[in-house]
Amino acid sequence: MKRLLPRVLMAPAVLTLFLWMIVPLLMTIYFSVIRYNLMQPDQSGFVGLENFEYFVTDPSFSTAVINTLLLLGWVIVITVVVGIAIALLTDEPFPGRNIVRILLISPFFIMPTVNALLWKHMMMNPIYGVLAQVWAFFGAAPVDWLTDFPLFSIIVIVSWQWLPFATLIFVTALQSMNREQLEASRMDGANYLQQLRYLYIPHLGRSVAVVVMIEMIFLLSVFAEIYTTTGGGPGDASTNVAFLIFKQALLGFDAGVASAGALFAVVLANVAAVFLIRMVGKNLDK
Amino acid sequence: MSYLQLNRIEKSFGAQRVIKGVDLSINKGEFVVFVGPSGCGKSTLLRLIAGLENVDTGSIHLDGREITDLPSSKRDLAMVFQSYALYPHMSVYENMSFALKLAKADPAVIKEKVERAAQILNLTQYLQRTPKELSGGQRQRVAIGRAIVRAPKVFLFDEPLSNLDAALRGQTRIEIAKLHRDLDATTIYVTHDQVEAMTLADRVVVLREGVIEQVGTPLELYDRPANQFVAQFIGTPQMNVVSVAKLPALETIAALKAPAGGYVGLRPESVKLVHEGDGQIRAKVDLVEALGAETLIYVTTEQGVPLVARQTERCHLDVGAGVGIDVDAEVAHVFDAQGRVVSASQAA
Repeated sequence: MKRLLPRVLMAPAVLTLFLWMIVPLLMTIYFSVIRYNLMQPDQSGFVGLENFEYFVTDPSFSTAVINTLLLLGWVIVITVVVGIAIALLTDEPFPGRNIVRILLISPFFIMPTVNALLWKHMMMNPIYGVLAQVWAFFGAAPVDWLTDFPLFSIIVIVSWQWLPFATLIFVTALQSMNREQLEASRMDGANYLQQLRYLYIPHLGRSVAVVVMIEMIFLLSVFAEIYTTTGGGPGDASTNVAFLIFKQALLGFDAGVASAGALFAVVLANVAAVFLIRMVGKNLDK
Repeated sequence: MSYLQLNRIEKSFGAQRVIKGVDLSINKGEFVVFVGPSGCGKSTLLRLIAGLENVDTGSIHLDGREITDLPSSKRDLAMVFQSYALYPHMSVYENMSFALKLAKADPAVIKEKVERAAQILNLTQYLQRTPKELSGGQRQRVAIGRAIVRAPKVFLFDEPLSNLDAALRGQTRIEIAKLHRDLDATTIYVTHDQVEAMTLADRVVVLREGVIEQVGTPLELYDRPANQFVAQFIGTPQMNVVSVAKLPALETIAALKAPAGGYVGLRPESVKLVHEGDGQIRAKVDLVEALGAETLIYVTTEQGVPLVARQTERCHLDVGAGVGIDVDAEVAHVFDAQGRVVSASQAA
């Protein structure tokens, strides 16, 4: 009896959360097994796994999966490596350090759409972009980044957006670095590179794990940056899974296939999560 | 020439002068303790010797070689830090072998040295553990082991016992004393705890505000303090220091040569309580602290001067009871108005 009352009182909250989660999931599953094309509303009915088959055999599918993983992988590598470097660089006190830190963090405040447009027009435009000006200054032919290197451009844009997050986490982690350990290693004869290898990097292990996990959750579903710059193209060169689902749902008007794609994305996220947690998760136990 | 020689060392942090010209020579095999109240510069002095801070002026010589401007790793010193500063991601073995590994020593030699140090410190069965899995006392021993492995010319200890609980502190203190005797290593030890200073040191260096107040063996400092500061810093409870003007009886007691405005210092054990009416001074009991082996009695004289007496006999006085005080003039310390000792009448 004693346990009944707390459970009853907690039930509304738990139930709300449960519905919040389960209704969209069940609807997605339901849509994924029926014929549901907005252009042909007369055709409906159960089709089994046909929608999945369509999605997986889409000519863009394998490219989209590879692009998703490339985007995820490179952005994580760039933000972790450069983030650690910047955090180490700004760790020692210098005049104006606080202002520099705020500047370093500020790209994170810019919304993805604005960020992508800034890069598209200000930086990467082959005629009036800053990069084109630099190229022209050195006498080189300006590069049309978004057309010639679409995925690379997206990686740069997304990395720029996420670098502040990684830097912030690493800066805070470095503040808890034990100064006496560094002094002890100095007396033991370690130079800066050896301190980096034996003290700083192991100390940052846990933060790296946090950065990788959180970025992974958000980067699997990168959409705005692609939509506003390349539109997934040219062809499908910068299409990731999230963008492919969008194409199916709102360009192809096929909600059934899009739902199947969404469920595939859930599976992909879980597979990636299992691998990454295996890889970095052991750091979190410490 | 002495083994470790400090010449006119000075150090400022910004506008604040922390070390104001320190001269000190330390002999080979000696155990020297730096002691003083917090902020006296004892840790800074140790860090200057270690090379973790650079001296502003002055020079440091070790074993006939100038080390003033050498980086700390080239000075042939090893330090045990207050927080132990063990490398958390390495095993005990890796922690102890780190310096040798960086110096590219032969792995077989490293193994032998680490194992010998581990044996001395009873750490052999913990070599594969990480510091996190060790108790405070074991971590302390690993930190010492890390120093031993390097076979340095001088061991530096920076308040190594302050993170241990009271029981372990006493035990580790004895271990450090034994270790010093076994290794015969020159050691500099910083502490604010005068019991550690008294029990461990061959010589104690008392510092105040960046200046050495006195250097001497523990008993020299206790029996013949050079000034009022040292007199009151060494010994618990503190020495009673009384202005002669406030307690005129003292002048007649000792026929003291106290100058005008001078002070008389009395160790608690040289203040003897006698029956009321006897003795040179009349007083009232404020508080009795019975510690078992000894009893501390806090009294106030009729002139309003508080004194502490220490006796080994049990005391049955009640608070507020009147007593007489007998002062042993032979062991009184006399200071002038500036706190410098005029004459320590006690011959050791």
